[in-house]
Amino acid sequence: MAEDLNWAIGGEAGDGIDSTGKIFAQALSRAGRHVFTSKDFASRIRGGYTAYKIRTSTEQVQSVVDRLDILVALTQRTIDENLDELHDQSAVIYDGERSWEAEYPEYITGVDVPLKSLAEEAGGAIMRNIVALGAACEITNFAIKNLDEALEKRFGSKGEKIVENNKKAARLGQEYVAENYDLDVDYDLDETDNDYVLLNGDEAIGMGAIAAGCRFYAGYPITPATDVMEYLTGRIDEFGGHVVQAEDELSAINMALGAARAGARSMTATSGPGIDLMTETFGLVATSETPLVIVDVMRSGPSTGMPTKQEQGDLNMTLYGGHGEIPRFVVAPTSIDECFWKTVEAFNYAEKYQTPVYLVADLALAVTEQTFPPEAFDMDEVEVDRGKVVDDDTVGEWLDDEGRFRAHANTDDGVSPRAFPGTIDGAHMSTGLEHDELGRRTEDTNVRIEQVDKRNRKVDTAREQEDWDYREFGDPDADSLVISWGSNEGAMREALGYLDERGIDVRFLSVPYIFPRPDLSEEIAAAETTIVVECNATGQFANLIEHDVLERVERINKYNGVRFKADELADDIEEKLATEAKAQ
Amino acid sequence: MSSDVKFTDFKSDKQPTWCPGCGDFGTMNGMMKALANTGNDPDNTFVVAGIGCSGKIGTYMHSYALHGVHGRALPVGTGVKFANPDLEVMVAGGDGDGYSIGAGHFVHAVRRNPDITYVVMDNRIYGLTKGQASPTSRQDFETSTTPEGPKQPPVNPLALALASGATFIAQSFSSDALRHAEIIEQAIEHDGFGFVNVFSPCVTFNDVDTYDYFRDSLVDLQEEDHDPTDYQSAKEKILEGDKEYMGVIWQDEESVPYHETHGVTENMADIPDGAADGTMDLVREFY
Ligand SMILES: Cc1ncc(C[n+]2csc(CCOP(=O)(O)OP(=O)(O)O)c2C)c(N)n1
Ligand code: SF4
Repeated sequence: MAEDLNWAIGGEAGDGIDSTGKIFAQALSRAGRHVFTSKDFASRIRGGYTAYKIRTSTEQVQSVVDRLDILVALTQRTIDENLDELHDQSAVIYDGERSWEAEYPEYITGVDVPLKSLAEEAGGAIMRNIVALGAACEITNFAIKNLDEALEKRFGSKGEKIVENNKKAARLGQEYVAENYDLDVDYDLDETDNDYVLLNGDEAIGMGAIAAGCRFYAGYPITPATDVMEYLTGRIDEFGGHVVQAEDELSAINMALGAARAGARSMTATSGPGIDLMTETFGLVATSETPLVIVDVMRSGPSTGMPTKQEQGDLNMTLYGGHGEIPRFVVAPTSIDECFWKTVEAFNYAEKYQTPVYLVADLALAVTEQTFPPEAFDMDEVEVDRGKVVDDDTVGEWLDDEGRFRAHANTDDGVSPRAFPGTIDGAHMSTGLEHDELGRRTEDTNVRIEQVDKRNRKVDTAREQEDWDYREFGDPDADSLVISWGSNEGAMREALGYLDERGIDVRFLSVPYIFPRPDLSEEIAAAETTIVVECNATGQFANLIEHDVLERVERINKYNGVRFKADELADDIEEKLATEAKAQ
Repeated sequence: MSSDVKFTDFKSDKQPTWCPGCGDFGTMNGMMKALANTGNDPDNTFVVAGIGCSGKIGTYMHSYALHGVHGRALPVGTGVKFANPDLEVMVAGGDGDGYSIGAGHFVHAVRRNPDITYVVMDNRIYGLTKGQASPTSRQDFETSTTPEGPKQPPVNPLALALASGATFIAQSFSSDALRHAEIIEQAIEHDGFGFVNVFSPCVTFNDVDTYDYFRDSLVDLQEEDHDPTDYQSAKEKILEGDKEYMGVIWQDEESVPYHETHGVTENMADIPDGAADGTMDLVREFY
């Protein structure tokens, strides 16, 4: 119990919940503890309930569970919202001096700390959340020096005084609890010698982009993709790149397209509504055979839906969106470190096959922070493959009899040569109109077929050349097979442990490639029951799989806006398997 | 860049399918001449075209080129220039492409001030879709979709540009070959967004804004001794609206193009074949 701790701070948007939570998460990470955070936020800046939750352990944690041990409640609603997660070992830190009288069930331990007065004593009421962090350190026996380090990191740029005041605020909180309470609830947050980095999926995507050599990014702010742009801003410049905040998504994707045609590795990121706007240009990108990475960080739709809530509802859109038939790749990272690596891969696919690549993440991946050893992002492992680029010396091989560059040459593998502007004799036209090898408009029936086949052939080539595999967990010989994509991997991996405790063996495949994707027919044939787990109502991935294997699969769908929790998922799977067994 | 580049080097061997007499022929010839006269060659030039009869221009010219989707040519051109500031970037399209579906991009391209040249082939009609009203069509101009005229005033593109903070505003006439090429040349040489609205008559669908009309009504600013660096005078000419002008109306001599204000100088195509030096620092930041 003491090892695996769930902590949360909640209040109104504008109460500094996010930054306070992040400081604590960093302190835990500094202490060599694994951290997995989740956020519950409403789509408003001030007012409205918001919470930042941290799960921490010395073992790896990669999901949320339905249990809350320490809660810093800045409002009554914070307690109310989390009632069913609180238990008899839970402690609620609140400020009894504030205008509200905290109401909570008797079995919970209330820790009334005069957050505001102590903060004022330390130098300002604004530090009341830090007082609460100090109090939390005392309750969890967590060495406050780790918090000091996190405070230095957070406030270092604001000057020594601010840092000292914050440290004092934390100490006052700690001492107050030590002097006034003799608590029954007792937690011990051990430290380890491990070094960890703490980052979220959007940041991992941005970092992957820079590592892969992306130098141009154009985007338009939208939750939950904005962090990608904010991450790149200021950082990409150090590598000779540039970020533009475009006037809308139409402009963003077109700028990114222009930059890609000029030879840059180029990217844009958005969420569902932005993908809608980009779809016309997406067709142009594919038809003009321009390498481009388009990130869709999914949120709950349709329309503006629930902008701050989890969903995996855009899979069909990224697979099929756009008029006409367009080859594209769809890659969906399944964990935060994979957000980094799949971004690197996405750039290589885009340039090797001269196609747009959708990198599909979801809100749960994007806003969740998780600890990793820094080697998880080993830059020496990054490979950059620019594909068939010709230069002044090699362009000659691709000129026709009249010296014109065959930018859409009909090759065996479907991939044509690419000349960056500036290459002598490489000048050519690209267009969204159907075109011949030279890029010139045509309505010739044979050329049309030739070019459509050529573009589609790239997918066949990629199917052969690349490893479109899944990640496998659990018992490889189990009769029960669970398949998921995207952020569900973490919860599912942990659910395997719970199921194991109940004597249920499960084989779990987490699939990061949507198109092309691994052929799962053998795996499904070998299983008695196959369940596809995803955060949407209609089972978009399950439909795909059924289509591939011509066999019905079971589904577990969640679409209330909240990601899967490990314990809940284990229950769902147990229940599903039980009903299946009964039916047979 | 070679100095012996002729304007015909910018011509592709594809025969234009514009209607005989279309203003776009003259507009394009002037663009090619201006590119050659300013020392460019097809291998360092990027032409982005919109959709419309006007947008076909990219096909008839020879250079690196992209023919995009309707209304989005400016963002493409902007992206090209950002990624490689060494390229000469020219964006061309129609009045519908630029001031209707792409109007938002126009405003923002103008205020970003990238060092590109934007040529709008303004025929005050939608040509390619066969004769509907365009944003520059006159209030009483009868078309298939506006049988009694649009009944709303036309957009004043020059005023829109001025209000958005343009650093170069010019107007030209496709059939005045010499002046037209000169004006485009000045736009190319301008350090920043060189905007030229070109009257490029549609002989098939517009019987009002004809060659004769422009020939009779156009006032050449050069003959008026207009000083294009005089903002007040430019503003008056643009807003008074009772005369049609030709020539450079406004030029901000202090203009600093986007890539300079934002320190974008490198050709972004040049990247190492693995993660760049220093990328491990990006990871350490997350300690
Ligand atoms: C999204 C979209 N909507 C509509 C069209 C159809 N369309 C093609 S050209 C055009 C108007 C062109 O007018 P203008 O820009 O003035 O060019 P012109 O043909 O007169 O040179 C339209 C509406 C399209 N191609 N794409
Ligand atoms: S329809 Fe008008 S604009 Fe189009 S080619 Fe013919 S004359 Fe030119």
